[in-house]
Amino acid sequence: MPEPADRETPEPDIEVTLRADGTDYRIAVDPRTTLLDALRERLGIYGPKKGCDHGQCGACTILLDGKRANSCLALAVAHDGAEIVTADGLAADGKLNRMQRSFIEHDAFQCGYCTPGQIVSAVAMLEEAEAGWPSHVTTDVSAEEIPFTDEEIRERMSGNLCRCGAYANILPAIREAAGVGRQG
Amino acid sequence: MRSFRYYRAGDVPGAVATLARERAGAFLAGGTNLVDLMKVGVTEPEVLVDVRRLTSAEIEDLPDGGLRIGAAVTNSDLAADRRVRHRYPALSQALLSGASGQLRNLATTGGNLLQRTRCVYFYDTTTPCNKREPGTGCSALDGRNKDHAILGASPHCVATHPSDMAVAMTALGAVARIQGPGGERQIPVAELHRLPGQEPQRDTTLEHAELITAVDLPPLPFSPNSRYRKVRERASYAFALVSVAAALQVRDGVVRDVRIALGGVAHRPWRAWKAEDALRGGPAAEDSFRAAADAELAEAEPLRENGYKVPLARNLITRMLLELSEER
Repeated sequence: MPEPADRETPEPDIEVTLRADGTDYRIAVDPRTTLLDALRERLGIYGPKKGCDHGQCGACTILLDGKRANSCLALAVAHDGAEIVTADGLAADGKLNRMQRSFIEHDAFQCGYCTPGQIVSAVAMLEEAEAGWPSHVTTDVSAEEIPFTDEEIRERMSGNLCRCGAYANILPAIREAAGVGRQG
Repeated sequence: MRSFRYYRAGDVPGAVATLARERAGAFLAGGTNLVDLMKVGVTEPEVLVDVRRLTSAEIEDLPDGGLRIGAAVTNSDLAADRRVRHRYPALSQALLSGASGQLRNLATTGGNLLQRTRCVYFYDTTTPCNKREPGTGCSALDGRNKDHAILGASPHCVATHPSDMAVAMTALGAVARIQGPGGERQIPVAELHRLPGQEPQRDTTLEHAELITAVDLPPLPFSPNSRYRKVRERASYAFALVSVAAALQVRDGVVRDVRIALGGVAHRPWRAWKAEDALRGGPAAEDSFRAAADAELAEAEPLRENGYKVPLARNLITRMLLELSEER
């Protein structure tokens, strides 16, 4: 298929408004810019990490309008007006939140690169579980009450990879932050 | 990534008209597959028309007892919906077996149906692929093909459709509602995707600028007795090697009605019509379940590395029907 001559030329920037970690920003972005690149390269918010850049590792996980999402696959132009919370924003008042403290107390990381994504994902995952969302390991998806077992935590966190293999401590960190004892 | 023009229309007809005017463009919804394909250079649209906020994000009850799922309903919201979990548990299970929590929050119903194959050669722009570049050949046919199709493939393409959700919808008789330049139409999800034939570049029967606006789930009295099971290479967050969605109605030891669809075996979700025909009116017993699965798989043509899919599919169908027949 013949290509138009200008395919390598950037299209004009488009203005978007983003509220990130409690601050409003208005920036003009190339339509190709992902939320991840907008946060890191334009807004100086470095919590979300670029691991795989293909939605496979979860290091870029943010809260996007209240739900966890891979910021590497979301185009900034498509999320004009979005409210974003990163791991930085979870401690916006200067005080670490419950999940962040639990990760420290359980030594739930080694190199730390995946950690902001793990923490944001875990915070959102607990909200999903509290809302009664089932998971792949839920035996009966029509059940009213879903037991929150270690198996449930593992499954619900499977979108966040840790190449150091700190899972053995990530699991108890999340379990404790969730306020549940040893189950499953 | 190649540059593109980004448009956001005011409504669905406006979005359809905008894309209809363009030569090489695409609708953008959640972006979880499309943006990735653009990053790796498999897809290079000149225009993206954003429809994420145009189609409905609601799940409505239909007067006949079915459900209408807006195309923008996320995979997460659909899987968690109480009505879906009670009336169509296979659909909830299928959605929950796909991707990850954060991907399901972005991915939409319409976009999930239109996601593209994960064939490694389709993604690798250094290799021939008839789906990516028609006429260049199929690298999987004589290459690494453990993940590929055993049913309905052609010498031009042996890719499989990757969706779990679409397999459950195919079994449940879901119908996609389409809006295009020529107006509205409906098409069963079972007929939305094509077999590759001579044109593997065409995944679906949709025409240019046709947009899925909703998916209707028809009432099915026995759909509460439905289930989805997926076999993959790790316990979570991987595509299906083989999957099966089934619903079963047994009375007095006789199969009154049944719905079966397979995933991971063909270029489209594979409705197992032959197995269903073989089962209706027959005994709800392991032997007849296995015979029905064999009838469906009689025409399977495995490749060098994917012969395992034939017994795997047979055992999955047999086991699932046994479990469904024991529960009711």
